[in-house]
Amino acid sequence: MEAVDDPIIRVRGLVTRFGTHTVHDGLDLDVRRGEIIGVVGGSGTGKSVLLRAIVGLLEPNAGQIEVFGESVRSTSDEEYRALRRRWGVMFQDGALFSSLTVRQNVEAPMREQLKLEDTLRETLAGIKVRMVGLPENAMAKYPSELSGGMRKRAGFARAIAMDPEIVFLDEPTAGLDPIGAAAFDILIKQLQASLGLTVFLVTHDLDSLHAICDRIAVLADQKVLAVGTMEEMLQIDHPWVHEYFHGPRARAALSSAQKEETH
Amino acid sequence: MNTSPNPQSKTVTVSVQESVLTLEGRLLIDSVEQTQRSMHHTNLDTVLSIDISSLSQMDTAGAWLVVDHQRLAAQHGITLEITGASPEQAQLIETVKRSMAPEDQRTPAALSIADRFEGYGRKVVRGYRMTVELVSFLGQVIATLGGIIRHPRRLRLTSVVHHCQEIGVSAVPIVALMAFLIGVVLAFQGSAQLRQFGAEVFVVDLIAISILRELGILLTSIIVAGRSGSAFTAAIGSMKMREEIDAMRTLGLDPVTILVVPRVLALMLMLPALGLIANISGLIGGALMSWIELGVSPAVFQSRLVSNTDVWHFAVGMIKAPFFALIIGIIGCYEGMKVGGDAESLGRLTSASVVLSIFMVIVVDAMFSIFFAVVGV
Repeated sequence: MEAVDDPIIRVRGLVTRFGTHTVHDGLDLDVRRGEIIGVVGGSGTGKSVLLRAIVGLLEPNAGQIEVFGESVRSTSDEEYRALRRRWGVMFQDGALFSSLTVRQNVEAPMREQLKLEDTLRETLAGIKVRMVGLPENAMAKYPSELSGGMRKRAGFARAIAMDPEIVFLDEPTAGLDPIGAAAFDILIKQLQASLGLTVFLVTHDLDSLHAICDRIAVLADQKVLAVGTMEEMLQIDHPWVHEYFHGPRARAALSSAQKEETH
Repeated sequence: MNTSPNPQSKTVTVSVQESVLTLEGRLLIDSVEQTQRSMHHTNLDTVLSIDISSLSQMDTAGAWLVVDHQRLAAQHGITLEITGASPEQAQLIETVKRSMAPEDQRTPAALSIADRFEGYGRKVVRGYRMTVELVSFLGQVIATLGGIIRHPRRLRLTSVVHHCQEIGVSAVPIVALMAFLIGVVLAFQGSAQLRQFGAEVFVVDLIAISILRELGILLTSIIVAGRSGSAFTAAIGSMKMREEIDAMRTLGLDPVTILVVPRVLALMLMLPALGLIANISGLIGGALMSWIELGVSPAVFQSRLVSNTDVWHFAVGMIKAPFFALIIGIIGCYEGMKVGGDAESLGRLTSASVVLSIFMVIVVDAMFSIFFAVVGV
């Protein structure tokens, strides 16, 4: 795998095990600044585990993880806190705090990490909520009153609350209808452009991969099997990768993406 | 925009020169408040444009500050221009502009007295509805029980046995210890009072009647409500949250038959048994303390207990047990079924279930007292 100059995330020789089950065995991955990287792989290949290892929720058995050139595991609490401010994570289904309204959810990281006046914090949180395309009346709602798509949007708003440099998105379009998923793709692309984000996207959605990802990393055999653009992925003849990118669904997604380009 | 940040320089300098307000430095969320203050000090009328070309960094909060300043100026009839934005910054400012709060936002009015009355009214109606629902749930469970009596094969015997273990056998130590201590306390306090009249030996009657008739079963019910009633609500509630109950319904399985009836049945079987254990243990505690404190030997205690205490005292206590069990079981399961989609409601309803079932047990106990007094036992 070619190394990238000045990567924003750099993973080397990552090994994670759960008991006797090895999830990653010597995994390497570089993420460039400002790109949208899509991480794909079959169920159980450890996409979410990789995400959790990078943001420090999970201690790997071996290997090095550097974000912004700093090792995530060997930082002091202080440094880790400063590091954490520079990324945002959106979990599957939003993982919103159910006892807080949408606006309070977005305010939560600001409240924790900054001393802002209440009105200013509310205003800024309001901007973030509107930015992800939620209607005005959603602000005062509790997560249980929202639909799945709105919960994901609110989760995204919380992830970008602190204007992070990297956002980690765990299957943002899973469980959304095609229109909602496409809208979410556009949202990610727009905010990535206007906020200058680097996006680490765990996904199964072939349409998302076509539509917004600059590069794709394929996880298989406990490693990153290949990294590259969609065109490069189509050339790889590993059986799983071939099946994935040449299956009926992939062809459908590809043809619809090409149609869109010609229009 | 993401040039390597230097955490030390958080300051933004604001300067006004020839109707141009220049911002310099890193306009980030941490420095917005301070910048806002210094910008408000500047005289709005003299400023015609904001130059942000010297900003090394600007985030959403920074962009908001610039846009908000523009909006404030517009309210004073001044058109402010934002100049010197890099393409990325211009895009960010555009995004923020689209996401600004609508101008005509209404502030919520303060609560009036009428609103407060409305709130009380709603509470009363909610309480009434809940009573109706609870009674209809009780009816549903009893109807299902009736159906099971006609078709005994519908009963989930394994589940009943499992819950008997959970509710009954596991609760024996705590119930026995609690009753033993109550017996000790009654003997101790009773003897101190009765000694003044030289009527120490009546402590046996005091202990026997109070424990057999009231305290044994009442305190057991309270412990079981806290232990098992809350567990019912939490278990059924979390199943409701994960849509397991709906899944059961779609598979043609009746949640009442599968979840509620075994629990209620196990509770109705186990609560009398636990009550009996509490009675025995309470009497042992009382006898022990009488022996130590008053010198009433166990043999005397036993003979006085047998000759002086009507068996009806014991019967009154035992008759109440299945009713208390029904109350605890029904309320515990009903509150569990009411849990919605969020974790908050699970916690709220679990505590509500315990409070309500203890309260109802005491209310029904009082009603039984009146009833037994009227019928004369």
